Amino acid sequence: MFFQQLINGIALGSTYALIALGYTMVYGIITLINFAHGEIYMVGAFVGLFATAILKVNFLVAMLIAMVACVLLGVFVERVAYRPLRKSSRLSALISAIGVSIFLSTLAQMLFGANAKGYPEGVFPVKQITIGSAEISTLQLLIIAISAILMISLEFIVHKTKIGKAMRATSEDYNTAALMGINVNMVISFTFALGSALAAAGGVLVGLLFNAVSFNMGLMAGLKAFAAAVLGGIGSIPGAMLGGLLLGVTEVAGVAFGYSSYRDAIAFAILVLVLLVKPTGLLGRKIQKKV
Amino acid sequence: MGDVLQSMLGYINPYYLQIIVNVGIGIILALGLNVVTGLTGQLSLGHAAFMSIGAFTSAIITIKLGLPFSLNLLLTGFITAAAAALIGLPILRLTGDYLAICTLGFAEIVKVIFLNLDITNRALGLSVPAAHTTIPLPVVVWVVVVLAVTFTTFVHNSRFGRALKAVRGDEIAAEAMGINVTRYKVQSFALGAFLAGVGGGLYAHFMGYINPSDFGFLKSVDILSMIVLGGLGSITGSVIGATILSAAPEFLRFMATYRMLVYGGLLVCMMIFRPNGLMGSINFTDLVLRTLGRKPHLKKIMEQKSSDTSRTDNGNS
Repeated sequence: MFFQQLINGIALGSTYALIALGYTMVYGIITLINFAHGEIYMVGAFVGLFATAILKVNFLVAMLIAMVACVLLGVFVERVAYRPLRKSSRLSALISAIGVSIFLSTLAQMLFGANAKGYPEGVFPVKQITIGSAEISTLQLLIIAISAILMISLEFIVHKTKIGKAMRATSEDYNTAALMGINVNMVISFTFALGSALAAAGGVLVGLLFNAVSFNMGLMAGLKAFAAAVLGGIGSIPGAMLGGLLLGVTEVAGVAFGYSSYRDAIAFAILVLVLLVKPTGLLGRKIQKKV
Repeated sequence: MGDVLQSMLGYINPYYLQIIVNVGIGIILALGLNVVTGLTGQLSLGHAAFMSIGAFTSAIITIKLGLPFSLNLLLTGFITAAAAALIGLPILRLTGDYLAICTLGFAEIVKVIFLNLDITNRALGLSVPAAHTTIPLPVVVWVVVVLAVTFTTFVHNSRFGRALKAVRGDEIAAEAMGINVTRYKVQSFALGAFLAGVGGGLYAHFMGYINPSDFGFLKSVDILSMIVLGGLGSITGSVIGATILSAAPEFLRFMATYRMLVYGGLLVCMMIFRPNGLMGSINFTDLVLRTLGRKPHLKKIMEQKSSDTSRTDNGNS
């Protein structure tokens, strides 16, 4: 029972972590809470759905198509709605992000209707594996595996490549990085691209897991993923992974203990409690306050 | 008197009357958030939660106690303010985006709790009986609007308001000047919640039906957009922002399904072309005084200042 719930929690948590990474990376670089990120995830789920239903492709190919589509969308949104506001107050950029979010979810509602849609059957043949008393579906294992692979590749990109170095420099100090000859605009676009790709992968995986894709799935998932990013310490990549997993596991545990009607509150209750004890999140860096 | 007012309102198209009331409630809510976010600089993404607390408190007071409406609103305001102080005391130690996400979290928690309580009728929502007053509701709403504008203008120019502005400017410097930062933050939070509670109470009785899901994240965002659009910290801005954004969905109604699409696009465009809000750098009182010739133009003051500085510079060299 315990093991079963743990796997359920980790599978759900890894999808939260995939979305949370986008929030945390963007925040780390331009300190913007990108509220449109949840909608990118929703778009990813829809593109994956159409790729499997209409193009009849393998779901891995569908995931790749969704990732490419969302990369384009994410970079486009940054270009149109955030770049003109980079020099103005952070709240203006925040409202702009919220505007994009409303725009995208309404557009999805108009194009795809208000009903939730499911992935076509047999896209991923689900088998149940019994280990001890626990029944684990191959889909859950797949979600955990794909998330792990994506996160490890992200770590590799951020720490071992030249563009990763540029990203870290930009998040350390935007102006100095620009003075050192880093093309800051390109780095920011790249960050949005990475975050959007991860969100799209998360969208396709969640679409498979719950077998439901709808225009308003981005809002709650986005808020929870944002909570996960803050829980782990916003701006910190390992923090987002940890926060996502923690939220997933506690949420599943809460439902297992019979508080299913409080499901959406559990994530936020944990968040508030952790912030009260550790105001910068679990792995966040301490902010030096100066006059 | 109530009958006379009622018959006068009868001449207004009910549809326009509804928009007018919505604008009024929007202004009350925006003024409340403006105290917290605009004046004190604490970003709150959960203002709708206080509206929700106010709406349900007021509805329950009408159902269970049957107090007169004016007393009801006052009591609702104080209960909401007390709730805000209780929530604010621990979380206002946080700063910046951590505070923002905490207020968001609290708003979601309040929503889920109300969805599970018997007294709020769970997910079915509550039908609110008519308010115990002879004065028609639209008039009450606009009386409250006038009171709220007067009151917040008073707060802006008071000692209390200056302390809040100091907290917004720099918390550590404010503390060094002897301002008890946490106390002022909690007070401004409670003040904002008071107005949100009253606005919620009016909303509940005007609509006649409330559901916890009406006061979700999007409602909070709506209120925040009003004050950012109008210009943070400006009362005139809050009023204009609230008027535009409360009325916009109605005037966009002819576009039917495209309505929210345009609304989202509108938010982006307005931010790009007026990043500091419509009234961000304009002080309405100054503007009036200047047109009346009672106060010199800002430009003249700046010229005066720059000539002063150049003189001191020469002295130094």
